[in-house]
Amino acid sequence: MASWGEASQSRLIGKRIVRLSGKEKVTGEAKYTYDINRPGMLYGRILRAEVPHATVTEIDLTDAEEMPGVQAVIPLIEVGRKIRYQGQEIAAVAAETDDIAKDALRVIYLELEELPFVATEADAMAEGAPQIRDWEGNRSNPSKGEQGDIEAGFAEAAVTVEATYHTPVQTHVCLETHGHVVEWADEQNLTVWASTQAVFGVRNDLARRLELPANQVRVITEHMGGGFGSKFSPGVEGLTAAQLSRMTERPVKLMLTRKAEHLVAGNRPSMTQHVKAGATRDGRLIAYDMRGYGTGGTGGGAGFTGPYVYHVPNIRTERTNIAVNAGSQRAMRAPGHPQGAFAMDSLMDELAEQLGMNPLEFRRLNDESEVRQAQYTLGAQEIGWHKRNSVAGSGTGIKKRGMGVGSGQWGGGGGANTQARVNINADGTVEAITGTQDIGTGIRTAIAIIVAEEFGLTTEDIIVKIGDSAPGLPSGGSGGSQTTASVAPVIKTAAAKAKQKLFEHVAPLLQAPIDDLRIGTGTIYVASDRTKTVTWHQATGLLGQETISEGGEWDRELRQGGVAGTQFAEVEVDTQTGHVKILKIVAVQDCGLAINRLTTESQINGGVIMGIGQTLLEERIMDPMTGRMLNANLEDYKVPGTYEIPEIKSIVFDTHRKVTGVGEPPCIPTLGAIANAVYNAIGVRIRELPITPDKVLNALAEKA
Amino acid sequence: MSDKDKKQDTNISRRSFIKGVGTGTVAATVVPAAILVGNEKTAEAQTDQAISKAEIQLNINDTVYEIEVEARTTLLTVLRDGIDTGGNNVDLTGAKLICDRGECGGCTVLVDGKAVYACMMLAMDAQGKQITTVEGIANGDNLHPIQEAFVKHDAMMCGFCTPGFIVSSVALLNENRKPTLTEIKEGLSGNTCRCGTYPFIFDAVETASEKM
Repeated sequence: MASWGEASQSRLIGKRIVRLSGKEKVTGEAKYTYDINRPGMLYGRILRAEVPHATVTEIDLTDAEEMPGVQAVIPLIEVGRKIRYQGQEIAAVAAETDDIAKDALRVIYLELEELPFVATEADAMAEGAPQIRDWEGNRSNPSKGEQGDIEAGFAEAAVTVEATYHTPVQTHVCLETHGHVVEWADEQNLTVWASTQAVFGVRNDLARRLELPANQVRVITEHMGGGFGSKFSPGVEGLTAAQLSRMTERPVKLMLTRKAEHLVAGNRPSMTQHVKAGATRDGRLIAYDMRGYGTGGTGGGAGFTGPYVYHVPNIRTERTNIAVNAGSQRAMRAPGHPQGAFAMDSLMDELAEQLGMNPLEFRRLNDESEVRQAQYTLGAQEIGWHKRNSVAGSGTGIKKRGMGVGSGQWGGGGGANTQARVNINADGTVEAITGTQDIGTGIRTAIAIIVAEEFGLTTEDIIVKIGDSAPGLPSGGSGGSQTTASVAPVIKTAAAKAKQKLFEHVAPLLQAPIDDLRIGTGTIYVASDRTKTVTWHQATGLLGQETISEGGEWDRELRQGGVAGTQFAEVEVDTQTGHVKILKIVAVQDCGLAINRLTTESQINGGVIMGIGQTLLEERIMDPMTGRMLNANLEDYKVPGTYEIPEIKSIVFDTHRKVTGVGEPPCIPTLGAIANAVYNAIGVRIRELPITPDKVLNALAEKA
Repeated sequence: MSDKDKKQDTNISRRSFIKGVGTGTVAATVVPAAILVGNEKTAEAQTDQAISKAEIQLNINDTVYEIEVEARTTLLTVLRDGIDTGGNNVDLTGAKLICDRGECGGCTVLVDGKAVYACMMLAMDAQGKQITTVEGIANGDNLHPIQEAFVKHDAMMCGFCTPGFIVSSVALLNENRKPTLTEIKEGLSGNTCRCGTYPFIFDAVETASEKM
């Protein structure tokens, strides 16, 4: 049975290994799609609607077409069609410089007949609101769930809590905006540099839309500047770039602006849930009744988890999507989980207080995960849980401290979607090739670690070729924390087979049976007689004209889904300014087998920091009067900066030696942990994110 | 008096801005028209720009580039998209345009040793100054201690913000050899990372400061 071997036997796997692309990234040599400059390349730009709802009555592109330096102008919406959200595509240009493209957009003539719109969930649900899609009252049919007997559950409850929790729309804020550079070799073949999380997904999608055989579209993503779930498809901008390039017979670069990135490139839907829950006197969750809704823009997809993590026997839920005139949601790092966790962990603390129980003890009573039970112990120790206020808000002074805890879970077990080859060449070089992409998680380095471990080499000895569809070795998109668990088993089995082939060549030379051969450090030796040894290069030299090239299988024994995590937060709240300062976060994250402990820690840090942003800073603000997003930039839409970063203790919690993904889970427990810590500090609960100073001050004023 | 004359009178764009309100849209609801897309059906926007060009010299990473620029051309545009008078791409793409408004530090370069947002500096204003981009930080193949420390501590994930952080860190350590954690946060507060690499960036700067 395949295995990753014992930790004590691993030379590289599970250790802290520096990123293979590190040098390129610190010197500026790393080329992202945005950095690709092709000979004769034109710059594309898209004109976007600035109104949320309108019918197009006239478009005139003439002035733009006649502008010197403009090579192509195309409409992206027909007269008579509707604009349904700010940012929707109107027309596109390709010009000799980016500034000319910008100028050309300004002279496109457009007439619109504006239509009534709804910008917020409240507007959409208001009586007499204009109906903006085929949902009565702008509400989808609710999806309902029921388990156990809700009435009997409440009858058993000694305490109940009723509360409404809200999280606003959050945007992905990929630092490299969505975009492509497209170049046609001839009428039938094109190369696309794409800032994407799915090289093969983009290839197949573009090929279908351009009516080309898939293998005539080559997609390259050597490096990419963040996706977080929003970059799986070429989108309107990718197809537009391809059309502009085909028309002009020149390469075209088309990257979204920062504003468009906020408006149309996806977002995490909002969540509002009205929940009533009960617990028994001995601290068991007994009933959970929730009605909730959220908006994902004009479409659906505004789901969230609830109840979450903790076991409740009697459940009734109802979830509805609300349509508003705003850009559509897309998957965002652990879709549905962080907002659901915020509500559930807040609720847990509210129930615990009613019971007069320590919230950690209350969790222990209701959490069936053995892993998390162990994590609670470790995390509580690391944060110093015993120092927490036993009575919320009981600290003295202007700045009050508090502690909180939150939990999360995720899958991340990968899937059978990857083909890969590991090649050993006669000159001793080794290549690992597959169609996955490194979206910043470090899969390139993980692949090198696995192959180097198998061959007794270093990661620098392995040439990892990923982020390119040309070799025709597909891999799935990097979503759902599935990349490593999908790719690693295939690479591992391919490398094992290649090693076996090399042993077949070496065995006669060493006059030993194949199963007596072992890999040393840069050597192959005979286990029963260690004096018999060849160097790696001597061994590969035996290949002559041959190259060993082996594929692998997705061996299910090498991966496993299902991870648990918990986080503890300590905060300090300034009761005069309302400012929440996070002092420390302890993140205890089950990661399965961490191929690379260093990059795994990076990902846990990153998840926590994104969680901090969602808890304290981030919110898409819609103007109900104009239907526009008021903060579609990086000045007014706040993401965490250096000052927001507390001490973060990221603990890679070893559970088993099977590969699991960890990209998403660490961003989940942060919200509840911080919100509960704020309550513990000031004794007033804020049920609406982000927890901004105005909300803190208002809450304190109401209490006083 | 034609509309065009009126605009020249004031020499500001406010009038054409207001004029655009009247002609450019047919609004069925009352909405501030400034937010509507579209423009007059004239070629005025082209003449508005009154594009003038000039040939300038820029010293970037100890190489002198002769480049034709417009008044509005930013230093960042020259670095990334500039073509010198000999027809060669400048192609220094390490500095990134991320926020496009002096918020995120992705385009940070050194101008006479000080950290500057290249998206906020006009190319013409960079004449006569010593410009160093992230590509000019290493000494040939030898990485700068900051760069070495970033690699060692994994102070990057997607890496898109990394060039800006490298340059800002160099500027910080040039001014303050032994910064405290608070000083590191202050020194790098003009840079944004979305992947959340900050803790390891702080570690890297600390390590580099010990080595320098």
